[in-house]
Amino acid sequence: MFDVLSRMMRTGILSESPEASLDDLQKGIYRTVGRALAIRQLDAGSCNGCELEIQALNNPYYNLEGQGIHFVASPRHADLLLVTGPVSVNMEGALLRTFNAMPDPKLVVAVGACGACGGIFGRSYACRGAVANVIPVDVTVSGCPPEPRKILEGIFEALRAKGSSVTEG
Amino acid sequence: MSTDFSLPTEDAVPSNLPIARISVTAAEWLSTTAWLHAENARLLSLWGTDDRDRDGCFRIYGVWLLPKRVILLEHRILDTAQACYPGVADLFPAAAKMQRAVHDLLGVAPDTGDPRGWLRHDGWPETVFPLRRDFNGASEFAVAPKPYPFVQVQGDGVHEIAVGPVHAGIIEPGHFRFSVVGEKVLRLEERLGYTHKGVAKRFQHLPQLDGHRLAARVSGDSAVAYSWAWCAALEPLCETVCPPRAASLRALALEHERLANHLGDLGALGNDAGFAFGLTQFSGLKEALLRVNAEIFGARYLMDYVVPGGVVREVPGHAVSRLCSFYDQLEPSVAQMRSIYDEHAGMQDRFRQTGRLEQPVAERLGALGMVARASGISCDLRRDLPWTPYDRLPVRVATQANGDVAARVQVRFDEIAGSLELCRHLVGDLPAGPVQNPMTAASPNLLGVGIIEGWRGPVMIALETGSDGAIRWAHAHDPSWQNWPLLERAILGNIVPDFPLINKSFNLSYSGQDG
Repeated sequence: MFDVLSRMMRTGILSESPEASLDDLQKGIYRTVGRALAIRQLDAGSCNGCELEIQALNNPYYNLEGQGIHFVASPRHADLLLVTGPVSVNMEGALLRTFNAMPDPKLVVAVGACGACGGIFGRSYACRGAVANVIPVDVTVSGCPPEPRKILEGIFEALRAKGSSVTEG
Repeated sequence: MSTDFSLPTEDAVPSNLPIARISVTAAEWLSTTAWLHAENARLLSLWGTDDRDRDGCFRIYGVWLLPKRVILLEHRILDTAQACYPGVADLFPAAAKMQRAVHDLLGVAPDTGDPRGWLRHDGWPETVFPLRRDFNGASEFAVAPKPYPFVQVQGDGVHEIAVGPVHAGIIEPGHFRFSVVGEKVLRLEERLGYTHKGVAKRFQHLPQLDGHRLAARVSGDSAVAYSWAWCAALEPLCETVCPPRAASLRALALEHERLANHLGDLGALGNDAGFAFGLTQFSGLKEALLRVNAEIFGARYLMDYVVPGGVVREVPGHAVSRLCSFYDQLEPSVAQMRSIYDEHAGMQDRFRQTGRLEQPVAERLGALGMVARASGISCDLRRDLPWTPYDRLPVRVATQANGDVAARVQVRFDEIAGSLELCRHLVGDLPAGPVQNPMTAASPNLLGVGIIEGWRGPVMIALETGSDGAIRWAHAHDPSWQNWPLLERAILGNIVPDFPLINKSFNLSYSGQDG
């Protein structure tokens, strides 16, 4: 136990504040979804590179939960779907079912070069290419893989776009 | 098998490892694979090609690892209407899934074995074989889903739990079908292939100098290993030599990839055992390493760092001092975390005796890489068949006898220490000179193989050039092919709630297996 405490002391607080002011951000989230933002991540055939950077959002540097955003296990609990990969045909059905299971506002952010445009895999017998070819997409985040901060910006952008069309109260 | 078995004529294959290529008839394929089995060779990969346009046949290739060399068997199938070859899954169980994949993609079947599809999930018709030359890779088909016949377990109180393909976390997709009594697992059957992206077909349509980029994305967590394997296969065909400085930088990048993945896994393993502090600490250490990667190599994940002819860019002037001071910080942090993990009774209770893969089973089923080493099999190509620059580095192979989650945790800790030692050697003795040599055009009609011991185990790229020197076909292989079936064994008799922990302790690639 002493080791754990000493390790915590030595590590200190690593969290960095996001570019946008935390206050504005949390107000934006509240305006759009009425509470903390729940995200469901779905790998639709990614090479797993994007998953590594999405996982990094939960590390102490980006501290996603500290900003009122958390990942959930079911699409039925999710406000926003974060999709990676060039939509392999073997995942097409699962992607559609996941999207259909979500309640409104059904925000979708396509992450990575593959999700944005099919990436190096493109369209073929095995891939449908961009996520937008299969479900409606609000925001795309390019990069291979995109850095965590870029992914975060994409999430904020989707919130802002939706928030501006929702009136408060 | 008698020891005086004489191999048919062999040729050396252009590669980073000593590889002998042997062309065999169907009868010789049988006798040679039996000999390989008697010699305790481990099957690395099995795939097929359509060469009907060139010399009127299909080919089946198999690669086996022996202690001091590698054997590449090539079997020509002249009866292209029948398109059948002697299956080897009885001798090498790891071949079973690879043979199913060859049938899905090429329409060439073993004479015995499981007839179910593996990579094909009704996303293209049963009569369409994407790797045949007369198939246009751009064709698209509607998905026509049919139920997959899982093996049923029957008996009093037995029920099934179906999990996936979408899992409750930020991980890749795959389906697990558990047959359980109470909470005890009687059987696990995996169904993979969900992330099949047609990589092998895609290789045939990409310009030669883009191949390494696709290779790096076979499994993103092993980008350096794959792109290096691509270069190790291609460079000898172009008579291009990677300069010594670039070879050292490639090795440095490969060891950083090992460090990043092991750090991430150790955090996730702590978390799965209910110790969130472990995840916070290790994910912080991993983030620090990724930021050093961005500073020194130009990217957090080195997807496009290793390129044919060398590496993409020179390291900045302060690289040596920055890296040394980073290693000096990382090492004691990991050591402190190791002692916290070792002394945490609750966590050790979850780790020990959980998900055991005993050595005889691991050997019989052909385990590879880190998982094999945690089950007492001392294998690591960096030591066994060292290529430049590993031939001058002190590679220590970490092994554990017990084969449980605790053993796989310990191997990761040992390998972090080993990698840091190699990094210090590489940084302290970085050769001068260029980091990239110009690539010349590849010679026509040559086959090259690159095999690199990545953090998960050996990854392989085999490729062949056509009469114009362009890539005619390429095949990528991930060690997850071998290790996925081992997970089905390791879970037996354990309880369902321990599955995430056991699965994470293997941390296999879905994308690498699905191709």
